[in-house]
Amino acid sequence: METFDLGVGSAFWLMNASTLLCVVYGVINWNKDKEEKVLNTKSWDKDEARINKDL
Amino acid sequence: MNMLENIIIIIYLAVLGYLGFVGYKQTKSSADYLIAGGNTHPFVMALSYGATFISTAAIVGFGGVAAWLGNSLLWLTFCNIFVGVFIAFVFLGNPTRKMGIRLNAHTFPELLGRRFNSKFIQVFGGILIAFFMPLYASAVLIGGTEFIVAYFKVDYHMALLVFSIIITGYVLAGGLKGVMLTDALQGVIMFVAMMILLVMVFDAVGGIDAGFSKLEMVWNKTVASLGSANLKDLKAGSPDFMMKLSMNWGFQGWNKMPIFLSEGWLFVITTITMGVGIGVLAQPQLVVRFMTVKSKNELNRAVLIGGVFIIAMTGIVFIVGSLTNVWYYEFNEGKNALQSAGGVGKVIPHFINAAMPKWFAFIFLFALISAAMSTLSSQFHAMGTAIGRDVFEQIVGKHTSNSLLITRTGIVIMIVISVSLAYLFDKQPAIIARSTAIFFALCASIFLPVYFGGLFWKRMTQKGAIASMVVGTVITTFWLLFVHFQEAKELGLCKMLFGVNSLLSGKIIFVDAMIVALPLSALTAVVVSLLTKPESSTLLKKCFEN
Repeated sequence: METFDLGVGSAFWLMNASTLLCVVYGVINWNKDKEEKVLNTKSWDKDEARINKDL
Repeated sequence: MNMLENIIIIIYLAVLGYLGFVGYKQTKSSADYLIAGGNTHPFVMALSYGATFISTAAIVGFGGVAAWLGNSLLWLTFCNIFVGVFIAFVFLGNPTRKMGIRLNAHTFPELLGRRFNSKFIQVFGGILIAFFMPLYASAVLIGGTEFIVAYFKVDYHMALLVFSIIITGYVLAGGLKGVMLTDALQGVIMFVAMMILLVMVFDAVGGIDAGFSKLEMVWNKTVASLGSANLKDLKAGSPDFMMKLSMNWGFQGWNKMPIFLSEGWLFVITTITMGVGIGVLAQPQLVVRFMTVKSKNELNRAVLIGGVFIIAMTGIVFIVGSLTNVWYYEFNEGKNALQSAGGVGKVIPHFINAAMPKWFAFIFLFALISAAMSTLSSQFHAMGTAIGRDVFEQIVGKHTSNSLLITRTGIVIMIVISVSLAYLFDKQPAIIARSTAIFFALCASIFLPVYFGGLFWKRMTQKGAIASMVVGTVITTFWLLFVHFQEAKELGLCKMLFGVNSLLSGKIIFVDAMIVALPLSALTAVVVSLLTKPESSTLLKKCFEN
C-alpha cells in the first residue's frame, strides 16, 4: 500500500472508512428507531381501493 | 463433473426450489408479491440489495478492467459503499419506505406516479424499464450462461433454457419474497467465495504489502517498455494494444491514478465511478427494496450488512484483479494479466482456473452463477411489475382482483423477451455488453431528479417532474447515440447518419452521458417547478403526512 499514489491511496482508505462508517452507524442505530408503529403496513391491501380512489 | 459436484448442485437447486416455495406460501396479496409484504428481515433485505446490485459483470467484467487499469477502480468501490449503501439507506431508504406506505405504492414508477398524481409518470417509467431492462437482463443472462457452458461443457442454448426456467420458477411462484430469500442465499455464497479468494490471492503473491509493491515493478517490466511503441503498429484489441492505449489515456501504473483530466481519468471517474456509483440510486429493482421493510431499524441494520457485503464484492475483486498481474508475472514467464489471459474479460476466469485449486474453481463458479441469478431474478421481477402493474393496469384502468395474475403474466412476457435476446445475441455483441452502462445512465438522468425532488422538495410539481424526465431521456439518448466514445461507436447510428463515430471530438467524448444529462434534468425540474403552480395541499398531505 505504500506504493499507492495520493489518488489511489485516498480511494483505498475512503473505501475502508466508508465501510467502517456503515458498521458503526448500523451498530449505533440497530434498535434506535421508535416510529414504526406510526405506519401500519398491514392495512395496505385492505385500504388499496380507498387510496386509489383518493388519488 | 464428479459425484460431489453433482450432489452440491442438486442440493443448491433443491434449496432454491424450497425458498421459492416458502415465498409462494407466504404470498397472499399484491403487497406480498410486489414488495414482499413490507416485513422483510434486514439481513435478507441487505443481502438481496447487494446481490442484486453485484452481477457477474461486476465480478468478471470489472475485475478484468482492474487487471487492465489498476487500483484506480477502488474509487468505484468507495462510491458503491458510501453512495450506494450509506447515502441510499440512511437518507433515501426511510423516506421512500414511508411515502410508499402512505401512497400504497408497490413499484418504483408507481411511487413516482402517485407522488405527482400523474399516470404519465408511472406509465413512462414502466415503459422505460420494460424497454431497456431486457437488454441489461440479457447481458447478465448471457454472462451467467457462458460460465455454465465453459465449466460443464454443455450446449449454450440448452444451458440458457435450463438456467432461465430455474429462475422463472421461483420468481413467478414466490414473487419478491422468493426473489429476496434466494438472493440472500446467493449473497452468502458470493461473500464466502470472495473472502476465500482474497486470502488465497494475498498468499499467492507474498502478502498484502509485497503484492502491491510488486505491481509497480511488473508495470515497469511489462507495460512501461511499450512507451516507445506506436499504437497503430499494434494489433487492435491485443493485450499490448490495450496496455498502450491505457498509457495514451494517461494511466501511469496500477497503483496510480491516471493524469488529472486525461481521457483515462475522465473514463474512471465519470463513466465507471460516477456512472455506476451514482446511477445505482435510481435503479428501480433496488429502490423497491426500501419498501420491503417495516421500520427504519431494519434499514439501519441493513447499512451494516450492506457495507460489509459490498466491500467484500467490488473491493476484493478490484484488488484481486490488479494483483493478478503480479501472479502472472511470477508464474507465467514474466507476462502481465492481459498478456497471459488474452483479453480484459478473460482475466478473472483464466486466473481462477490457472492459479486456484479445482475445488475453489467450483466454489467460484457457484458464486458467479449466484451473482447472475440474484441480479436476474430481481430484473425479471422489476420488468414484469413494470409492464403488468405500471403500464398495462394503468392503461386499461385501476387495479382489479386479477392484479396478481396480470403481474405474473407481465413477468412471463418479459422473461421470454430477455431470453429471446440472449438466444439471438449469444455472441454478446458490443451493444449488449454496454447495456448495463446505458441502463444506469438512463435511470440516473431520468429518475434521480424526480425521485429526490419527490421525496424532499414539496414545491416540485407534476409538470416539473415530467419535463425533467423528458429532458433526461432526450439528452441521455443523444449523448449515447452521438457523442460518448463507446456507445456512439457501437450503436453505429452516428456513423450511418454523419459518417463519424462521434459528433464531438477530444476528451469530451469520454465524459459519461449521466454527467451531462443529470444536471440538465435536475435544472429543468427546478426551473419548471418554480414556474408552475404548486401541487395541491391535499396531495402533499397524503404524500408527506402520516
